[in-house]
Amino acid sequence: MGDIAMRVEGLGKRYRINRPERAETLRASVYSLLAAPGSRIREALKPPRHDELIWALRDVSFELEWGQVLGIVGRNGAGKSTLLKILARITDPTEGYAKINGRLSSLLEVGTGFHPELSGRDNIFLNGAILGMRRSEVAAKYDSIVEFAGVEQLIDTPVKRYSGGMYMRLAFAVAAHLEPDILLVDEVLAVGDADFQKRSLGKMRDATGQGRTVLFVSHNMASIRALCGRALLLDGGRVRVDGQVEEVIGEYLSMDDATHAGPIPDNVPRIGTGDARLTHVELLDRSGRPLSQVRLGQPFVVALVVGAKHRIPNAAFEVGISSLDGIRISTTFSTDKEQPPFELEPGECRIVVGLEPFLLPGHYALDLGVHHAGPGWTIDLVERVVDFEVLNVAEVGGDRYPSSAVRGYVRPQARWYGPQPASAQRALDLG
Amino acid sequence: MTSSTPEMAERPPARGGYRIEPARRRFTLNARELWEYRELLFFFVWRDVKVRYQQTALGVSWAILQPLVAMFVFTIIFNRLGGIEPEYHVPYPLFVTVGLLPWFYFTGALSRATLSVVGNSGLVSKVYFPRLLIPIGSVVVPLVDFFASFILLIGLFLWYDTFPDWHAVLMPFFLGMAVFTALGVGLWLAALHVRYRDVGYVVTFITQIWFFLSPVAYGATAVPDDLQWLISLNPLTGVIEGFRWALLGRGLPNYDLYAISWAVAIGLTLSGLWYFRRVEHEFADII
Repeated sequence: MGDIAMRVEGLGKRYRINRPERAETLRASVYSLLAAPGSRIREALKPPRHDELIWALRDVSFELEWGQVLGIVGRNGAGKSTLLKILARITDPTEGYAKINGRLSSLLEVGTGFHPELSGRDNIFLNGAILGMRRSEVAAKYDSIVEFAGVEQLIDTPVKRYSGGMYMRLAFAVAAHLEPDILLVDEVLAVGDADFQKRSLGKMRDATGQGRTVLFVSHNMASIRALCGRALLLDGGRVRVDGQVEEVIGEYLSMDDATHAGPIPDNVPRIGTGDARLTHVELLDRSGRPLSQVRLGQPFVVALVVGAKHRIPNAAFEVGISSLDGIRISTTFSTDKEQPPFELEPGECRIVVGLEPFLLPGHYALDLGVHHAGPGWTIDLVERVVDFEVLNVAEVGGDRYPSSAVRGYVRPQARWYGPQPASAQRALDLG
Repeated sequence: MTSSTPEMAERPPARGGYRIEPARRRFTLNARELWEYRELLFFFVWRDVKVRYQQTALGVSWAILQPLVAMFVFTIIFNRLGGIEPEYHVPYPLFVTVGLLPWFYFTGALSRATLSVVGNSGLVSKVYFPRLLIPIGSVVVPLVDFFASFILLIGLFLWYDTFPDWHAVLMPFFLGMAVFTALGVGLWLAALHVRYRDVGYVVTFITQIWFFLSPVAYGATAVPDDLQWLISLNPLTGVIEGFRWALLGRGLPNYDLYAISWAVAIGLTLSGLWYFRRVEHEFADII
């Protein structure tokens, strides 16, 4: 073993999904067993149907050396969290094995097992035990934990009376004193406010500075780039690239994501008269290549296909951008700035809108609509048909935000002027 | 925090390594790991006891009040109205209370164990530790109530001016039966509860039926001879009859009954351990 901290060999995890006929309440189980014992037993014996199983992770192999910081990137559902859960022994793999050569702990556990009725002091000991510390170890670090969390005065108060920030600080303070040999960090799961995220990142930096061995899962390419030398790109549960961080990030950013753009499913809720239907949508870059992620400052294009049942002389198209919590952030109509409405002939046609960069890093969704321009009736409106992400990675240059400083959704066009005499007054050229 | 020394990166740590593999079909208890995690078991018990007595207004007195009220009700209904006579010619309130205390322990431990894994789902889905600690801890917690309720029993002994003899030291032998029965059935129900949430309601029903099958309100001698073998299959018969023999000090020890009860209790525990270990690897995925 020597200098290998962790060896993962052919790791795979299979989940069962979509088994509506399979009883999941006791009553249904008993009923189906009584109603048709033969078929129930036969069903249990026959191998599971292919479409009932999905591999969340498959054939994942890698080695991690002591002192290495390995970044793990990939889309939602690529298997990142499943991998961490297996390594943290929360869930079992279906195949393969992993050998962990030291004490491992993970920052996905922050605050786990805190009991609201118990005091801060009690929770430090309880949480420490849950995270795998000995009582003597917690006792030795107790003062340091309390000081780090800054909750000296309230240490004998039940934590249910703590503010959210204090609660998080205390929870983090315990986790920060774990001193594991191998640390697992899932930035995606690192709930909490910006301050907490910052602490989590700071902790990561400390760990890497001390030559700690770290496995770091993140959506944030900037932090991956800052912290990791090597990275692993997961795609559909498999390792797509394992290599230098720049190479992996490049591959990640160039990945197509067919699941996000394309035909609009029939089952999405629609509003409108139905005289025309929005059938396809795509997010493209300026040269027409599909995008699922937009870089900071990158212009992008929304292309949609609409099928009209009959001629519509005065169609106005709408493209809206919403945050993932459902707040509409911006709207553009094809009739904005007194543009004339479009004339639609029966059959399908393609409409394209180019958008100048204005979004801050984050996750967004597209809403699409087509309306009668004159009376303003809605013909067809679909919401949240495409999810996309604006990355905290610049289109050009090193333009990016510190991850904790992304506030709001929109970056207005702005021009800043440097220090001038306080009395200065002059017309600004806002170009 | 550790100071940063350059050698740290080179140092392969000696402790805490492990190997992750698919769940095996073969049964192992992994007792060594349970032992390594004994402090966590202590903390689970400590947490539940502390929260229990911190949250309730009556605190410890609740553990006494419950059997006290039950004793009055049982005496009126079963003894005065129902005409059930106690064995061994001891006063009925004393007779029934000696049965009620292990019974209350048993039902408390069983329902606590059943709900324990789902009740700790936040832990189960986020942290690794031997899952067995949860149901094991939950049959230990009600022992605190059990010992607190002994104040009631001492009060009754004083009231009736009668005292147990040296046989009382054998009480833990019978309490053990109750602990293992609750653990065995609790392991089954806790594991089933993760998949079938109805089990949470079923446990209430089970304890109600079980009550009438156990000689709490009546004595085992009230059961016809040809049915004695049947009630001895219920380990609670051994527990309660054993408590009466040890604490009330009358009658002859029924060794056959104790042996059968212990065998059933151990059998339940072993099968419960086997089933729980067999399905625990899917808890985090379906909880």
